[in-house]
Amino acid sequence: MKDMTNAEPLLEIKGLEKKFDLDRGFLETLKLRGGKITRETRAVHAVNNVSLDVHRGEALCVVGESGCGKSTVARLVAGLLTPTKGEIHYDGQRIDNLSRHAMRPLRKKIQMIFQNPYASLNPRMTILEALEEPVRHHNPEFSGSDVRDRVAEVMKSVGVDPAWAKRYPHEFSGGQRQRIAIARALTVDPEFIVADEPISALDVSIQAQVLNLMLEAKENRGLTYLFITHDLSVVEHFGTRVVVLYLGSICEVADTRTLFSSPKHPYTRALLSAVPQLKDDRPNHIRLKGEIPTPINLPQGCPFKSRCAFANSRCDEEKPKAIRQPDGSLVACHAVEEDRITPQV
Amino acid sequence: MTTVTKPKSRFARFWDSDFAYNFRRSPVAMVSFAIVAILVISSMFAPLFATMNPFNPANLDLLNGFTPPGTPNDFTGERFLMGTDDQGRDVYSTILYGMRVSLFVGFAAVMLGMVIGVTMGLISGYFGGWTDTIIMRVADVQLTFPSILVAMLIFGVAKGFTPVEYRDQLAIWVLILAIGLSDWVQFARVVRGATLVERNKEYVQAARLMGRGAFPILFRHILPNVLSPVLVIATISLALAIIAEATLSFLGVGAPSTQPSLGTLIRIGQGYLFSGEWWILFFPSVTLLALALSVNMLGDWLRDALNPKLR
Repeated sequence: MKDMTNAEPLLEIKGLEKKFDLDRGFLETLKLRGGKITRETRAVHAVNNVSLDVHRGEALCVVGESGCGKSTVARLVAGLLTPTKGEIHYDGQRIDNLSRHAMRPLRKKIQMIFQNPYASLNPRMTILEALEEPVRHHNPEFSGSDVRDRVAEVMKSVGVDPAWAKRYPHEFSGGQRQRIAIARALTVDPEFIVADEPISALDVSIQAQVLNLMLEAKENRGLTYLFITHDLSVVEHFGTRVVVLYLGSICEVADTRTLFSSPKHPYTRALLSAVPQLKDDRPNHIRLKGEIPTPINLPQGCPFKSRCAFANSRCDEEKPKAIRQPDGSLVACHAVEEDRITPQV
Repeated sequence: MTTVTKPKSRFARFWDSDFAYNFRRSPVAMVSFAIVAILVISSMFAPLFATMNPFNPANLDLLNGFTPPGTPNDFTGERFLMGTDDQGRDVYSTILYGMRVSLFVGFAAVMLGMVIGVTMGLISGYFGGWTDTIIMRVADVQLTFPSILVAMLIFGVAKGFTPVEYRDQLAIWVLILAIGLSDWVQFARVVRGATLVERNKEYVQAARLMGRGAFPILFRHILPNVLSPVLVIATISLALAIIAEATLSFLGVGAPSTQPSLGTLIRIGQGYLFSGEWWILFFPSVTLLALALSVNMLGDWLRDALNPKLR
């Protein structure tokens, strides 16, 4: 792990920000304030100043509760959205401002797996058509049999019988569809895969199968994952490093083992204490009071202060910066910095 | 798990489908389908079913003029199922030939409207922004005028641009253009709505991630998924297009007398209504009614059959 962190990162995110405008059109932005008509725009601050490195061969997990900007980060990295601010570098090349044409060679390298296997396959295309399309698009020089061979090979590797290729998505179960969606991502031989909650729509018994399939693909094809999830047990099984997001800001970045053995940020602690235990006779959940604040009017200072037990006046004023801890993790919290947090019971 | 069942034949699969089952359960659908099928086939093969080609003057005998239906002619003794008009043309044969023109104009106009409307709707829904605003505002403006008025306007303008000697030949095509351009709006609106839903689905985003351009995505991925409402609208607007064509022809701005449609026949016939020769008007009108009504009923049934909420 250690030597890897010194190498050049495969994906580098610098100060990424994404705002979604709430008011569409000029007329909606006009407001009457104190007898005067003023123009103001409201925006959802989905991602705020996120910086991350993903190293070759790792599986970086992004966790957080719903609405914290996990999926937005995934979409920004995959190029489905353009960032409002900040840069995304892939293998040393800036990719967030490339045209579709310039992006084309990179499309082969970066692929995405979606959350809902029922929507991610075109219902009017057989899976053969769905899988052949990316191969043909990226390898125009391939002959018909080359394409068929590639598709059959990928289908076998994800455990879907190539004899089923002439069937339509509705003839498959959710788990099978997700395997096919993974196969579609693998047909172009990518090196980096963004997985946006790929197993949360599946049955628990199927989740493990799909997860193992993804791990297998990681070993065999040397893949790097950016894995979005809200399931901490999946993180423990799958991730090499973890990023904890809250309200579009990073709370903590740490190696999986470090994070699970000694969580530092108060939010990470609360998250980890919420994981159900088999011997749960003495529940010691950290109860968070209040609701997650709306991302429309972001509070000044630490985004977590409204629910944090350790918040003080400094947290109201100043947004904490990520500071490297002795064990290598990055934590953005004034309380941790000032050592105000009592050791976990 | 590994056994692969042999796929059934296309027809067997269709016969077993919900759609075919729904059809077999609906008497209205079956009757309208039968009427449409009979009318379409008999007009497509009009020369086979007609007793004469009524628009070849060599076939006509003026002595046969104004023969009432079913009774023998006073001079020639010939009988005609639906009687004859002033020039001795068999009304039954003129209807078959006239329906040919009506159906052709109707189909072609719907096709034209569909191609324009679906394309506009896809572009408008997928790109959004200014493109969407412009296309939809044009559509809104066109909707404020009755479509028959728009068709007459287009027909009049187009007629002004065609040389006199070609007018009769081009009349049919101008008619198709006029009716087609007057009904693209409904296609565009429905397709735009469906496209707005589809474009955010993950399979479209997966296609974008593949690096596919906007037009391959629109026509390969989105179009097949928005087609079923289009099919319903196409059927209903076929009935409307046939009526629009008949209206224009009745008003004398549509199909010329050398190539009459049902509307032209009705226009000719109504001149004789008060002089007692009712059949010249009656039979073309009933045919038009049966055609438009059954196409409409079929469209209605199709809308219900393809609506998953009504299953």
